[in-house]
Amino acid sequence: MSEWRRSWELVGPALLVVLVAVGGSLTSRGFQYQVQSVLVTTAIVVGIYVFVGNSGVLSFGHVSFVALGAFAAGISSVPAQSLATTFPQMATFLIDLELGNVSSLLVAAVVGAAAAFLVGVPIVRLSGLSAGIATFAVLVISNNVLRNWELIGPGAKTLPLVPRTTGFVQATVGLLLVMTVAYIYQRSRFGRMLRAGREDPVAAQSVGIDTQRQRLGAFTLSGALAGFAGGLLVHLLGSITTQQVYLDLTFVTLAMLVVGGIGSLWGAVVGGLAVAGLNALLGEAERGLSLLGVELAIPTGARLIVLGAVMLVVLMLEPDGITGSRELRWPFAATDGSS
Amino acid sequence: MNLVQAVIDAVALGVLYALVALGIALLFGVMRLVNFAYGELITTAAYVLVLTRSLGAPWRAVLAVAAAIALAAIMELAFRPFRNASPATALIATFAVSFLLQSAATLAFGTQGTTIEFLPGLNQAFHLGELVIRWITLISLVVGSALLAAVALLLSRTDLGLQMRAVAGGLRTARILGVRANRIMVAAFLASGFIAGMVALLLSVQRPLANPSYGFLVMVPALVGVVVGGMDRLVAGTLGGFAVGFSTVMLGFFLPANARVFLNSALFALVIVVLLVKPNGLFVRGRRTMERV
Repeated sequence: MSEWRRSWELVGPALLVVLVAVGGSLTSRGFQYQVQSVLVTTAIVVGIYVFVGNSGVLSFGHVSFVALGAFAAGISSVPAQSLATTFPQMATFLIDLELGNVSSLLVAAVVGAAAAFLVGVPIVRLSGLSAGIATFAVLVISNNVLRNWELIGPGAKTLPLVPRTTGFVQATVGLLLVMTVAYIYQRSRFGRMLRAGREDPVAAQSVGIDTQRQRLGAFTLSGALAGFAGGLLVHLLGSITTQQVYLDLTFVTLAMLVVGGIGSLWGAVVGGLAVAGLNALLGEAERGLSLLGVELAIPTGARLIVLGAVMLVVLMLEPDGITGSRELRWPFAATDGSS
Repeated sequence: MNLVQAVIDAVALGVLYALVALGIALLFGVMRLVNFAYGELITTAAYVLVLTRSLGAPWRAVLAVAAAIALAAIMELAFRPFRNASPATALIATFAVSFLLQSAATLAFGTQGTTIEFLPGLNQAFHLGELVIRWITLISLVVGSALLAAVALLLSRTDLGLQMRAVAGGLRTARILGVRANRIMVAAFLASGFIAGMVALLLSVQRPLANPSYGFLVMVPALVGVVVGGMDRLVAGTLGGFAVGFSTVMLGFFLPANARVFLNSALFALVIVVLLVKPNGLFVRGRRTMERV
């Protein structure tokens, strides 16, 4: 029984995701796309959470792994013919690569993991603001390289004609997969060691935990998940530029994580669904939305103002996020403290 | 372009970033708060300069600086609930304010640049042999040094400064000792607002197009500079801002022409290296000791 109650920490959020997906599939066509985008964005947030939440170190660099994953999946699944005409300078092995949907997502995860590992080796030594700025530097560098080194990246052009395979099924399954990996990791020995280091670095060290090593593991895993989510994203969008996976996405996804609750999987899922969902709703309201018989219309451009204000108010009322950074508890049993 | 000219240009950008860094470092020193919305103080002052184009330059300057100070006071109120929040929450809260103000500016003025036309004569250059020096560079250098000296004196020589440092050391302890912490924090915000207003005046001469991300775009490199230079020391953080501006131009000078698009990569790779070698700050001497259990 207690085992079942404990796994509710994953099953509960997963049910919410399925509910959102099923509910979303019943809406109008335009809004369906918005809901799919909410699910993919949440996958990115959970990917970031695996490192930031468990280690307590803020990272502004994870969107670079999303970007690498997105371009890896995109370039490897666009037919050689159209790549060669749009990107004459690209390396031949990248142009010739033609993978199916699932393999391109795997490639995205591997590329994300490899990049995160390479970057992580030096960077996990840093904490606090130094770590924040160093990961931000990683973001700027990867964007700069993708944007200007046309041998491997799209340059300033749009990568077009990516097969749009991310529908409700792929977005939902992808997000559930990311959540499951995140859950397994945080319940594992490694996840617990990293969390111990987050709570008290000195005490953790004194019982033999190598916090930096655990951070590197989490950073790599989290890079893999972010890359995978980037793959989901590119297959949703169908075409992508380097600027779509840069500063805006970085700040928005981090804000989602903090608004939901930085320290729990439940917080990452709720933050992603709630903030991205609100953003989608407001976007519809700018075009005029009729919800349950109520006409809702806001001026164009007001969406971002409302979004910023809501985030600020939520943080004022709940500094630890909507979920208080706690995992979801099984609601129907008396708490006996045996969790 | 010769080396001396490159150094002059590098100093010009360095001084500009150093000024922005000064305001950020002051606020961090007193409040332990990284204010992402600091750039919007600069943007607001710039838009006030736009709206007051029909007035004389002195009035415009006064109104712009006053607007930045007023907005800083409002920010102080908005950030009050986050004093005891975790650093991540406080950071994201300031980011939300920045995001909100940028969106409001977009709604009001659009994303296209609006001409500011503030003392364009100062952007003229004079020639010294082959060298080209703009007046605004000299003015920024003087104003920047004066502001840095003023803030350093404020912190080290005045009663208010002493109380600011006490609050920085520990809010509770300072309160127990009778420091009126709220007043001190308001004072710190007002001072940082004043610096932001001055930055806006100097920046408007050199970059005459105001847009919603006007201040944000100088805030980011300055913030990077503050962390690289050393967050805990006002002078170190300000020097860090200078270092980022200076290195940007010098790297551009030394990189071969076909690699110049990778300037940002080179700059931020340097940032990472410096952070790894001196995680407490480039201009901070000694090492912080680890807490003992």
